[in-house]
Amino acid sequence: MNTIQVNALESEAIYIFREVVAQFEKPVLLFSGGKDSITLVRLAQKAFYPAKIPFPLLHVDTGHNFPETVEFRDRLTKELGVELIVRNVQDNIDSGKVKEESGRYASRNMLQTETLLDAIEEFGFDACIGGARRDEEKARAKERIFSVRDDFGQWDEKTQRPEVFDILNGRIELGQNVRVFPISNWTELDVWSYIKQEDIEIPSIYFAHKRATFLRDGLIWSAEDTVVFREEDEVVEERIVRFRTVGDMSCTAAVLSTASDVSTIVDEIRVSPISERGARIDDKRSEAAMEKRKQQGYF
Amino acid sequence: MDILKIATAGSVDDGKSTLIGRILYDTKSLTEDKLEAIEQKSKQRGFDYLDFSLATDGLIAEREQGITIDVAHIYFSTPKKSYIIADTPGHIEYTRNMVTGASNAQASIVLIDARKGVIEQTYRHFFINSLLRIKEVVIAVNKMDLVDYSEEKFNEIKAEIEYLSGKSSYQKQHVTFIPLSALKGDNVVDASENMDWYKGDTLLQHLENLTLDDVEEVSKVRFPIQTVIRPKTEEYHDFRGYAGKIYGGDLTVGDAITVLPSKTTSKIKDIHFFDKSYESATRGSSVTITLEDNINVSRGDMLVKYEEEPSIEKQISATICWMDKTPLSSNTKYVLKHGVNDVQAKVTEISSIINTDFSGKEENPSAIVLNQIGEIELKLSKPLFFDSYQTNKATGTFILIDPKTNATSGVGFIQ
Repeated sequence: MNTIQVNALESEAIYIFREVVAQFEKPVLLFSGGKDSITLVRLAQKAFYPAKIPFPLLHVDTGHNFPETVEFRDRLTKELGVELIVRNVQDNIDSGKVKEESGRYASRNMLQTETLLDAIEEFGFDACIGGARRDEEKARAKERIFSVRDDFGQWDEKTQRPEVFDILNGRIELGQNVRVFPISNWTELDVWSYIKQEDIEIPSIYFAHKRATFLRDGLIWSAEDTVVFREEDEVVEERIVRFRTVGDMSCTAAVLSTASDVSTIVDEIRVSPISERGARIDDKRSEAAMEKRKQQGYF
Repeated sequence: MDILKIATAGSVDDGKSTLIGRILYDTKSLTEDKLEAIEQKSKQRGFDYLDFSLATDGLIAEREQGITIDVAHIYFSTPKKSYIIADTPGHIEYTRNMVTGASNAQASIVLIDARKGVIEQTYRHFFINSLLRIKEVVIAVNKMDLVDYSEEKFNEIKAEIEYLSGKSSYQKQHVTFIPLSALKGDNVVDASENMDWYKGDTLLQHLENLTLDDVEEVSKVRFPIQTVIRPKTEEYHDFRGYAGKIYGGDLTVGDAITVLPSKTTSKIKDIHFFDKSYESATRGSSVTITLEDNINVSRGDMLVKYEEEPSIEKQISATICWMDKTPLSSNTKYVLKHGVNDVQAKVTEISSIINTDFSGKEENPSAIVLNQIGEIELKLSKPLFFDSYQTNKATGTFILIDPKTNATSGVGFIQ
């Protein structure tokens, strides 16, 4: 007999998507163009098929995104026929609402929070679906699937609602919103294995390519643009690299790799001695960097 | 089975973090940068050994106080399976976290310090495992290196737990005893060379061999409707799909079903998953179902097999674990969330508080406070269709939400 046994993680994610649509009036999917949010899009498609994805995608554009990611984003949303909302961090910098960081480690990563909160208010979103995973970082390991935020988007780890069995409590007051994490329980390897299994297209920067780079703090940085601040004595060299995580260009380092297809990436991840966020400079700021960002409304 | 969800509970000193760290280390799941961070922090704090709790205690407050406060999720995998550990604090004031962590677990590891033997906390862990009907429980007798790997000591603890197990309300529970040393690595991943007298599996071997039937009971099929899928496109003009997750057993095309609460009947026409159709689907699968007849079905309704109806009542008795600072009191109203269904509920009676050390009940208390477990009677605004927790986990449980704060105040197990 032709029997379907849905993988436990996939089944859980689909269940969460359906709860979001049933429990909230204005959900939105936070789309960065990275592998995790691309995986979310596929899961959302599966959850509501043959209907279209019943919510828009929101991209908070730092202006420092890899061009490949932006091109990919536009093509994907067009193919799916879903609404894409883009809000720019640059607008808040121009209006003086936020101040651009300067110096060696300058990044717009933190500035995304303000733009995200503005967009939530502008559209009245009550549920923001994100691709964060608990295995990424230890403050995220304590995050709920439905994470209630106040008007300022703040995360209060002390008043988190217990989540038991499959029961998701999405009740909120006016002005509050919920961050939803359908792939909370997935690991990096799970995401890559899923991309392979489903044959999902991903932006080319995830695959090995030649790039002008320089070394700093043991990490490999892109020297192909002016986004990453480079000291004069930091030597540029061409290397074969790929990106393992795709965030803002200013806080995402590359890794040496010759993996040119998803299968090879899966094998690479399986034996990798370094964790995924080992290449994220935003987490290296302090041991509690993520927890502090979350308290300020970061997703 | 592709994934095994495990709950662990324990106190600061029983070596739980060391055990988890050991599993991660021996299965090569700790990456260099994470290991480096742990080494650095351990050194900074002046420890002689690697403090693996630094890998799991993620909150600032937890690291400051050196304790686990919230449920942490830890992930690792072997070529055979992926594992998710819900790591919870073991103190009495964190009973709610233990219940939360255990609620989604298929197996549980209870740690016992071989030197101390069975202590008050062991009783509580064991009690919660019985209350939540966790089928597979592993008693990990840790720190065997500190009792000279004594078989006698191990057997003493085993006998004590077996006596406790006899008092448990859940007799189908399977208890496995493993003597180990998390610090030295005996019987965690690799077999010990210091305990020839132990012939069983190591902890990881044991977990690797567990099958779905070992950890889950089969029950009657329940399919609560989460949402109705109506594409309203040319191609799928008349499509009406019922989206949900299957609990208890499997569903097959052609199955005669009853829709609750309307009690109308129909047959399963198709089982869809994404762009394909299937003849049957297994428990645990999130699928979309279409029916032969065009009947009125909406969110909150439930499909069950014909003549396998659950109980339908406006009054229920339940065991409840209280999770809110505001105590549960009689005559208070709550929102009861039962799967995908919300009803108003009023507490009509608080019958007892159950002592978590198997020492009995306290009858007719005035309230149930945070972290207490008790028995209550509830009156509902409309009939609930449910099973007892004993017969079906998914349809036998609910949460109570305080309508003033929207907080999840308690979790209930229907009797």
